Amino acid sequence: MKTHMHLRACLNGVFRVWLRNALVFRKNIRVNLIPPFIEPLLYLGAIGFGIGTYITDIDGLPYVRFIAPAILAASVMNASFFECAYGTYVRMYYQKTFDAILATPVTLKEVILGEIVWGATRGLISALSISIILFLFGLASPGGLLIAIPLSFIAGILFASIAACFSALSPSIDTISYPATLFIAPMFLFSGTFFPLHLLPQVVQYLALAFLPLTHVVSLTRALLTGTTDTMWALNMTWIAIGITVFSYLAIRLFERRLIV
Amino acid sequence: MNLPVIEASGLIKRYRDLTAVNSIHFSVPKGELFGFLGPNGAGKTTTMKMVQCVSPRTDGTLRVFGMDPDTSGREIRKRIGVVPQETNLDPDLSVFDNLSMYARFFDISSQDADFRAQELLEFFELETKRDTIIEKLSGGMKRRLLLARALINRPELLILDEPTIGLDPQARHHIWEKLIKLRADGHTIVLTTHYLDEAARLCDRLVIMDVGSILVEGSPDFLVSHYIGMDIVETENTPEVALFLEKAGIPYEKGGEMIQVRTTDPGKIADALRDTFQSIRVIIRPGSLEDVFLLLTGRRIRD
Repeated sequence: MKTHMHLRACLNGVFRVWLRNALVFRKNIRVNLIPPFIEPLLYLGAIGFGIGTYITDIDGLPYVRFIAPAILAASVMNASFFECAYGTYVRMYYQKTFDAILATPVTLKEVILGEIVWGATRGLISALSISIILFLFGLASPGGLLIAIPLSFIAGILFASIAACFSALSPSIDTISYPATLFIAPMFLFSGTFFPLHLLPQVVQYLALAFLPLTHVVSLTRALLTGTTDTMWALNMTWIAIGITVFSYLAIRLFERRLIV
Repeated sequence: MNLPVIEASGLIKRYRDLTAVNSIHFSVPKGELFGFLGPNGAGKTTTMKMVQCVSPRTDGTLRVFGMDPDTSGREIRKRIGVVPQETNLDPDLSVFDNLSMYARFFDISSQDADFRAQELLEFFELETKRDTIIEKLSGGMKRRLLLARALINRPELLILDEPTIGLDPQARHHIWEKLIKLRADGHTIVLTTHYLDEAARLCDRLVIMDVGSILVEGSPDFLVSHYIGMDIVETENTPEVALFLEKAGIPYEKGGEMIQVRTTDPGKIADALRDTFQSIRVIIRPGSLEDVFLLLTGRRIRD
């Protein structure tokens, strides 16, 4: 009974933090909703339809269909990661929003989980807007999209919790650019996004599978949107599940170390 | 039966190489307005953070509403309101949304939240700013809004860290007036301040802290009469004046460009000074909390 009450209070706290961020997002809805629509259109146009006309089919798929799932997965990554790297840092350090919330019954653990779920929500919003575009251009199977959308939310939790770890460790907002350029940018290019993973040397393939979570998200999303059977799904799902557990736990501990003094 | 709202004994907060709070004892009964005074680095804010259950204590006992902050943080925080030293209002939200949103963190229904937000806007005379974005507010209005926000959960204990810092006299008086009203309504209020006139005017009881310890405790009147007890003659700090006082056997204290003499017979000393030195500046005034403060904490500048 007591643990049940505790769990309810926890979930409630997480939800309130999420709600606060959602309310602020809604206030600036026009500014916030434009990028998730424009960005994928740019990639599809320049790389898919532009460069893509010079590229032969990949694994039996037209190039633009090959990269469409990757653009969806990468947008989820970007939206969730940047929300919980920069957005979370600004709320913690500059706006002192965490201090304000910690003076209420809500605990730091709930604040961090609320931030992560909110980051994933940003990923979900991106996934939804791109899905509309992919559906309109006929670049993805509608049934696959329906499964890819909830998957995007789960992937968003993974990227948001990784970002939260960096945010907790960052001594200043400038140093967040390190993970952004040294981790997110290479991941965007080398995760089987714009060319198949098997073109890379064997060792690099293993490294990508071991250290670049986007590889797993792209692999699953591509299988869903192109209707191919993917042989790696068990590995992909396991990586994502373990990643979420480890990084969200780590994010909470790192923020506790930083803020509870 | 009359449990104190806050009770601390042997309370210690140690950071790696610094003891911020060094074994302090204090107790705040219900309905009191209790002040923490002290120079920068005295340990006032650290003490407040322990009471608010956001910073765990290193040692000693601390009870808020009879509960231990280490184990009952959530229950305690439900019943307190906090006005922080630094403004942490939500810059993206309007005045009204800041209040109603904050209420949701206390598990207050959205209907109730809107009702309370409206009520508090009226109490703090902020109705005309209802839909204004935070950055458009003056410093005084931001402080009033912070105080309003701290009351959204109808707290039994209100904690204010430097509530009038950086405000003009009008805004300070406005805040004081509200605090006096809140105490009359039965709120227990704890505040920290650098402003001795503020403490003298508001506090039922106060402590003066320095480098982590409580130096004295009592009502402002008691502290002034006990530690100063008499009037003060202030005059110019020149070697001639100092020499004159020494020869006359009158103890004095140097403070910057002033020499101060604590005495029960200020007229006699003032006359003697005026007779000896032509056109010297001499002021006679009653002792104040500021004199107690400087007497106990010294005149060294703190950063």
